[in-house]
Amino acid sequence: MAIKLAGRSAPLALDRRAFLVGTAKAGLVMSLGAVLPGCSREQAAEDMAAGDMSRSFSPTVWFVVDAEGGVLVNIAKAEMGQHVGTALARVVADELGADWNRVSIKYVDSDSKWGYKVTGGSWSVHTTWTMLSQAGAAGRTVLCDAGAKMLGVDPADCIAADNEVRAGDRAVSFAEIVQKGDIGRTFTEEELAAMPIKDASERRLIGKPTTARDIPPKSRGEAVYGLDTELPGMVYAHPMLPPTRYGSTIRSIDDSAAKDVPGYRQTLEIDDPSGKIQGWAVVVADTFPAAMKAAKAVAIDWEPGPTAEVAEADLLAEGEKLCADYSKGTLFVDDGDAPAARAAAAETLSGTYRTSTALHFTLEPQNALIEFDDEGVCHVHAGNQWQSLIIPDLAKALEIGEDRIVLHQYYLGGGFGRRLYGDQMIPAALAARALGRPVKLVFQRPEDSRFDCVRSASVQRFDASFDADGALTGIEHAAAAGWPTLAMAPGFLGDGVDGNGKFDPFSINGADHWYTLPNHRVRAINNELAQQTFLPGWLRAVGPGWIGWGVESFMDEVAQKLGQDPVEFRLALLDAAGKNAGTAPQSVGGAARLAAVLRDVRERSGWGRELPDGEALGVATSFGQERNMPTWIACVAHVAVDPGRKAVTVKKLWQTIDCGTVVHPDGAMAQAEGAALWGVSLALHEGAQFENGQVKQANLDAYTPLRMADVPELDIRFIDSTEMPSGMGEPPLIPVAPAIGNAVFAATGVRVRDLPIRLG
Amino acid sequence: MIEFQLNGKTVSSESPDDTPLLWVVRDELKLKGTKFGCGIAQCGACTVHLDGTAIRSCVTPVSAAAGKSVTTIEGLDSAAGRALQAAWVDEQVPQCGYCQSGQIMQAASLLARNPEPSDEEITTAMNGNLCRCMAYTRIRRAIRAAAKEA
Repeated sequence: MAIKLAGRSAPLALDRRAFLVGTAKAGLVMSLGAVLPGCSREQAAEDMAAGDMSRSFSPTVWFVVDAEGGVLVNIAKAEMGQHVGTALARVVADELGADWNRVSIKYVDSDSKWGYKVTGGSWSVHTTWTMLSQAGAAGRTVLCDAGAKMLGVDPADCIAADNEVRAGDRAVSFAEIVQKGDIGRTFTEEELAAMPIKDASERRLIGKPTTARDIPPKSRGEAVYGLDTELPGMVYAHPMLPPTRYGSTIRSIDDSAAKDVPGYRQTLEIDDPSGKIQGWAVVVADTFPAAMKAAKAVAIDWEPGPTAEVAEADLLAEGEKLCADYSKGTLFVDDGDAPAARAAAAETLSGTYRTSTALHFTLEPQNALIEFDDEGVCHVHAGNQWQSLIIPDLAKALEIGEDRIVLHQYYLGGGFGRRLYGDQMIPAALAARALGRPVKLVFQRPEDSRFDCVRSASVQRFDASFDADGALTGIEHAAAAGWPTLAMAPGFLGDGVDGNGKFDPFSINGADHWYTLPNHRVRAINNELAQQTFLPGWLRAVGPGWIGWGVESFMDEVAQKLGQDPVEFRLALLDAAGKNAGTAPQSVGGAARLAAVLRDVRERSGWGRELPDGEALGVATSFGQERNMPTWIACVAHVAVDPGRKAVTVKKLWQTIDCGTVVHPDGAMAQAEGAALWGVSLALHEGAQFENGQVKQANLDAYTPLRMADVPELDIRFIDSTEMPSGMGEPPLIPVAPAIGNAVFAATGVRVRDLPIRLG
Repeated sequence: MIEFQLNGKTVSSESPDDTPLLWVVRDELKLKGTKFGCGIAQCGACTVHLDGTAIRSCVTPVSAAAGKSVTTIEGLDSAAGRALQAAWVDEQVPQCGYCQSGQIMQAASLLARNPEPSDEEITTAMNGNLCRCMAYTRIRRAIRAAAKEA
């Protein structure tokens, strides 16, 4: 499913790939590349050594060791707060034996040589771990071999550490080796795969405390975000958004009042051949303040699209109707025969769970600066998470080849999935071409919210069956929402387990949980009304971020019906049997690891202790973003409900997390803290509604993410592990809302079914 | 033309009087450390000091700065300011970092008034500054550390 993305990250044909370590441009370069047809790998290596990498070899340079011993690691991932450059560079540097103080990081552009470019899904460390480890090890091998020759010793007696190759008490520096050593080498795919990766006990950087490279500039106001970029001669564009995402058309534009605004230039209607941008115009001015002022003065009359009346309640009602119809949807899980278990049941229990529309609200609003160079190449300056998604759309919109578009990367002022799509680049590019000059398009906050690719409102229905002895015999689960992957990347839809239909893995992952059930069926349903009304998006924690709300709340309902302790009930189902036993290397141990974190958090939170009236603990688990990359988490929330049973306060959250090897411990902790608080925010503070086909809560006066005063005590623990690392950016969000909801039930006896939680 | 002091230097702006100070500082005077977030004074990303007090530059007309002194993150060199920036690194506060100039300017204004704030006072002073990455526990820790240091 989702992990296919990793498979696509190296799209070159295997028989033409070569891995080279060479002395290009007076440095040791470790690269992966396609040897061009008609050239041998030896020819490529020679060309590379001569500093000419254009004739026979098109390399993807992973890292370079220069003649002074400086190590540059190229990072093809977006930096949006996860300190990804630091984590990935430390994987390389550890294997290489580099001195971390000599390592620098470069965030690269969108050149196709970098392969499939996406930063999301909490994938970055997991999906590059093997490749970067092997690349670092290959570099170390070459340095050790060359260094051994210079020292006159056997390479087997050498180690690489702190930027030098050592044999006993003798050493030669990486700088000297690069200057004088014999470092030209090629590796085949098989040789690279067989590189000796360090044993975990020999690691010097991975898992050790460090500071993130992006933090000092971000503490001095020096970090450059997309919004901070300028080009000579540029003008500003302010978007004018139609009443509906789709199907609205402009009847007329009256800009007569805007002509009094100094600096106003014109209003451009956007005609997008890709069809992604429908019914937009942009107001063009010399400065952004002038553009804002003129935008207020321009009157546009639209013929509204067909969804101009849609309200949040309509979206939820549609989802409930779809979930209640057992014939709807694509089968995502179909273990045993859950419908038969229901037909034979002595008793059933049903529960429906809903979530409201949620916004990304990246603090840096969407923006793009676009310039066409003298050769007609389109240069996009903007922070973006999924270059390989927007470039084809831009190419369609501009009717030019994908190779004529370059995205220049910057720090992202928040990603959270919003910047997986770069739709704002399309009108900016069309305007830049029409005007023949660079255009900087900037959303103000209301536009950013109204046309956010929101987390769709969702509905989930669960039906549990019990036999005459009261034993659980099966669970059926249906989940309906707008599907981002259908709208933006349909090639990544999955196929139903019975061969019928498609599903969006990013709108159902999490339903394929690690609890062993006698019969289990999951239906993934597209809410077509949602799909037609807005552009559904991937929001931090994506499918599991709302699927988990239903799954873990309903587990509690079933435990309560059976009269069992919620922790004991879950532990009994986490038997790590059959399909839940786990798979090497990504999920070694399977459900047993989830059981282990659950036991740990039970103990640390003092589960079962007496609490004052109106207070209780609630529990939930999560396995992260997908079964193929589990991050095992158990969470306990300590909640207080006021005597009037209106206000819910989270006093403390405990989480125990097993994400395998923790590459950058403080970075992982920061992600856990932020994601856990996002969980609180989505549970209690954030909820939007569609009204008249649009997001109603367009700014902070109505949309109210968690603030410092709302922060509970956090007690987060990572399990020591040397297993393959999984993801950390999103998973700690997932169990928070259901843990809170389950605590509210334990405190009040009231089962909450809607996010955000609103009592009374 | 409006003249004011920006980080200790006299500058002038040709922008209309009602232009938000934020855009004058960012686009006319080219100091990009101050950020645009919500545009309605509710996120704090645009926080600068006007005569030493934290203000939201997205809703402050440039005319309000006439003859006054504006300090941005680039010019923050008070002892408390330096201590805060050092603490921001020591405590590894920023994630995406976009709000952090505003957080630091807000915190510097707090420490100028109240060199030893309690946790509650920190929360009260900082509650208007949204951190979308939700690095709040570290922001609070860094302010505590800087207060001890300065």
